[in-house]
Amino acid sequence: MKVEGATTHEGRAGLDMTDPRFWRAGAISTTLVMLVVLAFLSVDSMRVISVGGAHVPRYDVVNRHIGYQYDWSRREDVPVIGAPEPLFGRTLTEAQATALVREGKLVIQSRACMDCHTFFGNGAYYGPDLTKSWLDPAWPQIWMPMTGKPTREEAMVAFLMNPDQYPTWTRAMPNLHLTEREARATVAYLKWMSAVDTNGFPANFGKTQTQQ
Amino acid sequence: MYRSQKLSLRYFTAAIVLFGVMILFGLLSALYYLYPSMLFNVFNFSTSKILHIDTLVIWLLMAFMGAVYWYLPKELGHEVVGMRLAEITFWVFCAVVAVVALVFVFVQYGSANEFTLWFINQGRKYVEAPRWATIGVVAVMLVFAYNVIGTAVKARRMTGIMWVLVLDLIPLLIVYLDAFPAPTNMSVDLYWWWWLVHMWVESTWEVLIGCVMALVLMDVMGTSRRIVEAWLYIEVMLVLGAGILGLGHHYFWIGTPRYWLGIGGFFSALEPLPLLGMVIHSIYDAGMHRMKTANRPAFYWITAEAFGNFIGAGVWGFMMTLPQINLFSHGTQWTVSHGHFAFYGAYVCGVLAVFYVAKQKTAGTEFLDGRAWKWSFGLFNFGMIGMVMGLLIAGMAQAFYGRAIGGSTLMAFTQASENPWFIAGMYARMGFGVIFALGYVVLVYDLLTAPRRVPAPQTPMEPA
Ligand code: HEC
Ligand code: HEM
Ligand code: HEM
Ligand SMILES: [Fe+2]
Repeated sequence: MKVEGATTHEGRAGLDMTDPRFWRAGAISTTLVMLVVLAFLSVDSMRVISVGGAHVPRYDVVNRHIGYQYDWSRREDVPVIGAPEPLFGRTLTEAQATALVREGKLVIQSRACMDCHTFFGNGAYYGPDLTKSWLDPAWPQIWMPMTGKPTREEAMVAFLMNPDQYPTWTRAMPNLHLTEREARATVAYLKWMSAVDTNGFPANFGKTQTQQ
Repeated sequence: MYRSQKLSLRYFTAAIVLFGVMILFGLLSALYYLYPSMLFNVFNFSTSKILHIDTLVIWLLMAFMGAVYWYLPKELGHEVVGMRLAEITFWVFCAVVAVVALVFVFVQYGSANEFTLWFINQGRKYVEAPRWATIGVVAVMLVFAYNVIGTAVKARRMTGIMWVLVLDLIPLLIVYLDAFPAPTNMSVDLYWWWWLVHMWVESTWEVLIGCVMALVLMDVMGTSRRIVEAWLYIEVMLVLGAGILGLGHHYFWIGTPRYWLGIGGFFSALEPLPLLGMVIHSIYDAGMHRMKTANRPAFYWITAEAFGNFIGAGVWGFMMTLPQINLFSHGTQWTVSHGHFAFYGAYVCGVLAVFYVAKQKTAGTEFLDGRAWKWSFGLFNFGMIGMVMGLLIAGMAQAFYGRAIGGSTLMAFTQASENPWFIAGMYARMGFGVIFALGYVVLVYDLLTAPRRVPAPQTPMEPA
């Protein structure tokens, strides 16, 4: 199938590589194959990442202790879901936990936290990554003393309601006027999120005792 | 001039205005890093950055639409159908953008409820615009799709390039529907959000700019259609062949299964290939025509596009696309370095070439050249390269001190941000950003002034 053209090189095996139609067929078939593969992988991924799937816990995980430990067989850090440890001292039913975490997500979207912070490393880079914020040593080490609150979750609520009053350095977080209810929901969200299995990201979290 | 080309000029004007707004908010966003107490509690970094990146998406979309309205009648030899509707839509588009911008500036954010998502802010990066506005943009794009497809049907004619373009509009629109949902589960949210962001910039837009580049090359160099089309199909094959599963490089750490590390790493590592192909294509064409061109600025910008796309997207992307590196570079200024270089190289340079094609036509000159465009070309490229180098150094400091050694806690983040390399990078970004902005000023000046009559080069252009 030779069409007239400026410079023609004869393709091998009778195929004319300078004929656009040859490449058009290639483009269409490659695309279709890739789309089919992606569809299968997406179905499988949804199974793993839907709530209660292999990598994403149910929302009532907020009733439990959550850790993040090195797993020698996987050679990376993995979340460890431990003994009961109710959030704000109250054990929630699954429905209550779901509603609370849902509200937390709405807080996060309505205030556009993602345009300063990252979640699982996605978002903006002005503030710290929040993937494992629940587990951040800054709560017991800095903010519990600073806010005078006895527990991690209460210190988080105090901080989220008035971040401008508790800065740890010059780049402070502005006040986004969260109500107490909104701040509690956000804390629940962060706790749930820290229990998601992220294939080891972030690595070495909280392993190094850095000092200011 | 076709009626739709007049509409193109309007789209180009709006795009250039928004480009300016974008640069302003880019400079402001960069300033917060140097003076964090600036406008504290009054106008947040987040709002400034939203305005920066949302105007980016919108002005590039407008420029693409303008480019299509420009070439469509030329390609098909038929005036675009539904022009009245298209003209009204343009003003609707502008009004939507203006209202959203005003709400962002004066309201910024809302309470945790559906009202906020519908009318103030959706808080999902790049698609923060509230839902009502998203519906508006979908409507605009539907009219656009109707114009394109309707014209093809009426003209009873289709060129290869136009086929690619029309087929490309379908997924481009479909993934935009991702701008609506607000799932509670962050893993699911990000999974689909990346379909939008990655599939746009690394698949559908890349194909679109491939079409635009093909059209510009035929225009300014007289390259034969046969060659351009063969290259376009090769590009599409490689871009989609690698880019569709390359999506996996965003699925390393969001809760998704482990196999994405292998699949995403492998396919995204192939993504630079088509971009290298485009460089070869442009060098080949330039060589074939011994650099003879009727429109020097457009030719330079299209060449910059080929190189910028390859280096900014291909090389800078490749640097951090393997999971072993991405584990540490993920979500740092390294990402920002790549984001800027890629968007600039792949899309900004490309649409600037089209602006100059349009300028030549409106000025009615056989040969377009001058002095001002060289200044803006130089300032833009110099500013951008300086910015991304600064960001790369800052990002590497973050990856090393903040992530690898520090372990990504607040304290590690703080310390990395106080590292001298990081701070130097932030100052470099600011300084080179100002140079970039000067390039913009010269660009606007150049586009607004009538070209001087420059004698055409000795050897006449061969007909297309
Ligand atoms: C304007 C940018 C900005 C916005 C918007 C923002 N933050 Fe912050 N955030 C910061 C900065 C900067 C810090 C570091 C504050 C400090 O150390 O004093 C921070 C710190 C935090 C911390 C402590 C992190 C840790 O792991 O120790 C949490 C939690 C947090 N923000 C949550 C949120 C939530 C939830 C939202 C949305 C409701 C939000 N932020 C919106 C900038 C922002
Ligand atoms: C024109 C093409 C491209 C554009 C416009 C582009 C743009 C971007 C942008 C803006 C981001 C940041 C997204 C965000 O979180 O907000 C990003 C991320 C990324 N890009 Fe690209 N990109 C392009 C091509 C490529 C290619 C070809 C590769 C690989 C070879 C690549 C690899 C990556 C990776 C790995 C990330 C994730 C960074 C992280 O982990 O934080 N990109 N890209
Ligand atoms: C004057 C020049 C510019 C300056 C000073 C600037 C500054 C900034 C800043 C401060 C951010 C926020 C990054 C963060 O979260 O830390 C940002 C994000 C971004 N900018 Fe720019 N910008 C400029 C020009 C541009 C141009 C020309 C483009 C596109 C071609 C662009 C595209 C983007 C994108 C895609 C992002 C989001 C990427 C990411 O967060 O990874 N910017 N810019
Ligand atoms: Fe990508």
